[in-house]
Amino acid sequence: MAKITFVEHNGKEHVVDAKSGLTVMEAAVKNNIPGIDADCGGACACATCHVYVAQEWLAKTGTQSAMEESMLDFAENVESNSRLSCQIKISDELDGLIVNLPESQH
Amino acid sequence: MSDPTARVVIIGAGHAGGSVVAYLRQYGFAGPITLIGEEPLAPYQRPPLSKAWLKGEADAESLMLKPLSFYVENQVDLRLGVHAVAIDRAAKTVALSEGAPLAYDVLVLATGARARRLTLPGSDLKGVLELRTAADAEKLKSALEGQGKTLAVVGGGYVGLEAAASARALGAQAVVIERESRVLARVACEPLSNFFQTYHTAKGVVFEVNAGVEGFEGKDGAVTGVRLADGRTIACTAALVGVGAIPNDEIAKAAGLDCNNGVVVDASARTSDAAIFAVGDLTQRPLPLYERSVRLESVPNALEQAKIVASVLTGRPLPAPEVPWFWSDQYDLKLQIAGMPFDADQIIIRGDPANARFAIFHLKQGCVQAVEAVNSAPEFMAGKQLVASRKPVATAKLVDMSISMKDVAA
Repeated sequence: MAKITFVEHNGKEHVVDAKSGLTVMEAAVKNNIPGIDADCGGACACATCHVYVAQEWLAKTGTQSAMEESMLDFAENVESNSRLSCQIKISDELDGLIVNLPESQH
Repeated sequence: MSDPTARVVIIGAGHAGGSVVAYLRQYGFAGPITLIGEEPLAPYQRPPLSKAWLKGEADAESLMLKPLSFYVENQVDLRLGVHAVAIDRAAKTVALSEGAPLAYDVLVLATGARARRLTLPGSDLKGVLELRTAADAEKLKSALEGQGKTLAVVGGGYVGLEAAASARALGAQAVVIERESRVLARVACEPLSNFFQTYHTAKGVVFEVNAGVEGFEGKDGAVTGVRLADGRTIACTAALVGVGAIPNDEIAKAAGLDCNNGVVVDASARTSDAAIFAVGDLTQRPLPLYERSVRLESVPNALEQAKIVASVLTGRPLPAPEVPWFWSDQYDLKLQIAGMPFDADQIIIRGDPANARFAIFHLKQGCVQAVEAVNSAPEFMAGKQLVASRKPVATAKLVDMSISMKDVAA
């Protein structure tokens, strides 16, 4: 289990308890967090689950695959801490993770 | 239209209907919502049924759009295993297979499409399968379990090819039988068809093209083969029929709503009755980017229309029109398609199909109408943006792999 905080673009926070093994995207979708569209359901095909990982958590969330990198390359408002949340697996290590959401996924 | 107390009734608890519920609550709609589904399951994702789920890489829980607790917490009256029988537009009620008729202020039709069936001798034999629902997928999965299985796939479309790839991954033999001269004949261009057929062949899939199916042969009530028009029989232990889908628009037709290969809706997903919306595979919808109307079968289409309905009902501005897109996973191939190749006058291939990494661009007067990208995310993403922007591209740059897609699209 890990507690994950999603911060909407307007500053509204949502704290969810997420099961290890799920992805951060799945945790968002199952809790109906606004701002994560996840059109493809986690196939790394759409780049609509874009999040900004708080700096202190960046290392723990792992590195981008080539596929993720090239998808993100064309997403809107990409920053150095951008990730596709379908590619971040939740583990106990990520308890306390904070991610910020972009204004739009499209 | 934004009445915060409107009674919303949604017929169809698939990806489209479930997403209407999710977006309505996300957008702050607090009125009563009833979601009616024929299947015993709450809304789930269908795409993995022929891919990750079939191969055992995803479980039932991960397919669920939302956990059951979501519907309780969000006060959604979820009625599963219930069939909507008729719509009374004058009284604004929906008659159900059980219980009293439901009154609505806003009705959303999300009844989807169903697998087209063949009415051929032997179609009712055990082991002649289709793939649309989780229950269908369970049957297919158990038919592929064990040694010495052969899956005959009737219809070389995406569902059929994905199932063939999954069958191979599970150790079964697979034979794809296609009426046309190439697979994906209706949905992809020739170079892409050829690529997929070659790739599948290398993975051990056998193809029978230009092959009509006359019927299914069986023994003791179970299928043993597919009989072709040329007299041959393709032996199999199960046959998957994947020959397209037809919209479940009967209830809409019976209610007198405009239908034309699906329920006709406008850019607000509204039907010919202002109190009734329709979303997803069911709809014949306008496609502003292409100035025409189409019926699309895809998750992104269902999500886009679900957002539109939720926006209308909560008084939000409509979202910007999206570029239609599709994806398919087969073996280690990720196919991503953006746009529709309507009226294309030029095809440009970037990359080399022999490396299983290439993209096919369909241009109309120098503008990208569609891109089919195999293991080529940048081409897909940039292509999607080019379809939306209608910006002409330099074809000399497009074919040059040394120029990044960022620069091509710039």
